[in-house]
Amino acid sequence: MANQLDEQAVEHVASLAKLEFDKNELSKITGQLGNIMDMFSELQSKDVKDVEPMISPTDMDTVLRDDKAEHISKDERQAILDNAPDTENGLIKVPAIIDESEDGE
Amino acid sequence: MNFETTIGLEVHVELKTNSKIYSPAAVEYGDQANTNINVIDWGYPGTLPTLNKGVVRDGIMATLALHGQVRHHMHFDRKNYFYPDNPKAYQITQKDTPIGHDGWIEIEVDGKKKKVGIEELHIEEDAGKNTHSPNGFSYVDLNRQGTPLIEIVSKPEMSSPDEAVAYLEALRQRIQFTGISDVKMEEGSMRCDVNISVRPYGSDQLGVRSEIKNLNSFNFVKRTLEYEIKRHQRVLMSGGQIVQETRRFVEATGETASMRSKEGSDDYRYFPEPDLPPLTVSDDWIKEVDAEMPEMPGARRDRYVNQLGLSDYDAKVLTQTKEMSDFFDETVKDGGDPKRVANYLMNDVNSYLNDNHIDLPETKLTPDHLAGMLKLIQDGTISTKMAKKVFKGILEGEEPAEYAKAHGLIQLSDPAQLQPIVDDVLDKNQQSIDDYKNGKTRAVGFLMGQVMKATRGKANPGVANKLLMKSLNAR
Repeated sequence: MANQLDEQAVEHVASLAKLEFDKNELSKITGQLGNIMDMFSELQSKDVKDVEPMISPTDMDTVLRDDKAEHISKDERQAILDNAPDTENGLIKVPAIIDESEDGE
Repeated sequence: MNFETTIGLEVHVELKTNSKIYSPAAVEYGDQANTNINVIDWGYPGTLPTLNKGVVRDGIMATLALHGQVRHHMHFDRKNYFYPDNPKAYQITQKDTPIGHDGWIEIEVDGKKKKVGIEELHIEEDAGKNTHSPNGFSYVDLNRQGTPLIEIVSKPEMSSPDEAVAYLEALRQRIQFTGISDVKMEEGSMRCDVNISVRPYGSDQLGVRSEIKNLNSFNFVKRTLEYEIKRHQRVLMSGGQIVQETRRFVEATGETASMRSKEGSDDYRYFPEPDLPPLTVSDDWIKEVDAEMPEMPGARRDRYVNQLGLSDYDAKVLTQTKEMSDFFDETVKDGGDPKRVANYLMNDVNSYLNDNHIDLPETKLTPDHLAGMLKLIQDGTISTKMAKKVFKGILEGEEPAEYAKAHGLIQLSDPAQLQPIVDDVLDKNQQSIDDYKNGKTRAVGFLMGQVMKATRGKANPGVANKLLMKSLNAR
């Protein structure tokens, strides 16, 4: 099973998570991830056809919040914006986004 | 070769709740950038989302309005992606257990009625807004991030661009009548993605589909589909194959263009949202929401035609928006004659709204005042011409009878007052009397004009005309 996971697949998953590895790290992580995949393939060999998937570890239902708006203070807004890498006129400034495909997703 | 087309639509509708779906931040349009933001929506460590009861209620309402089934037990799913419009780096949505499923709406194209199935409705959050600048940067406003959305996915059951547009119109109308969303495509509170495939007629297998995202007007939807049908046919005729891909509509050329390939579904690494426990919706709650359902446009049209005697066309125009339909109902309730109210709303009121690019609620017009003005016309107190002036007054919130009085807009209908004026006009215009006697009926028009002039336009034309003809014939 482990050899099904090649370095290319690891690089792809890493790029989805915005991670970068050098050559040594990549081979190390490919091995580690391979072990994890092995473990899952072992789990997958079990017959669970009559078992309901467990969506949540608790059997509690969610608690609903009443639809009331709360406004934040100026200071709170500033504190949140201060954590953005860069801002201009209250807008968050980021490198140009060329691909608009996600807009409005 | 003959082809048939299969179209499915995904529509996002933005809800008008007070607060966001997973945080208490305010949902407001047009506020200063990044004022309605919140540590929960930004996914700060240690924060947890809470589900807005109003959004679940609206999800139930939309499902019922589209004749769907409401799911009793559901959970949320996390869709992972990095993009500046969502600092949390994931969207909480419903992938596996949408709140509503198996609905339908009826559409009508060229007099033919057809039911279009609705696969599912799910609730999720919107992303923020990016403004792209030519200076090499993009600017992000996260006020919209976390605003509740309902995504409505149709079954692939439409077979022409006209059917797709009819579906969108019917959907927009039904959702608008529930009151849960403004559903304005031009303002982004309704957005549409289309899926289209084309296959040779009679083939039992669907063609390869393309998806065109983010269409923001009915017209663009139509043009996109028309273009795609031609493109698919051209490719298939020349023996080529359609590639399954996401495309976008290019407004300038009216064509579609391939977009850079997106992450595949697996790449979103969906998993059940761990921060929100599952949700249960009781039958009682569903019944409660159903009881709050406003009367739908179809039922209103039936009532207008069968009980109030309006034409099919009038009933259709009046039920274009819930605002107009509610206003009509109120005005009739306030004593307005249904036919007259309908005519006035469809002509004078609608052209005023169109000329000024505003909606009914933005004026100070009230059903009570409109009914009052129509009564003044009906009992002859004011002429239809005077009504045009009184209309300006009631648009500003003035009471019609008071306004008419204050501005001297009272019609002269009393024969005792009009007779001396008619006599005077005849005395001064012997030539016209002679003309009339010689068969020149045009002279009557001139004489009527003189009567109107003498009364500064206030003479009741009906009464004045009768008196004039009687006196004229008596001379």
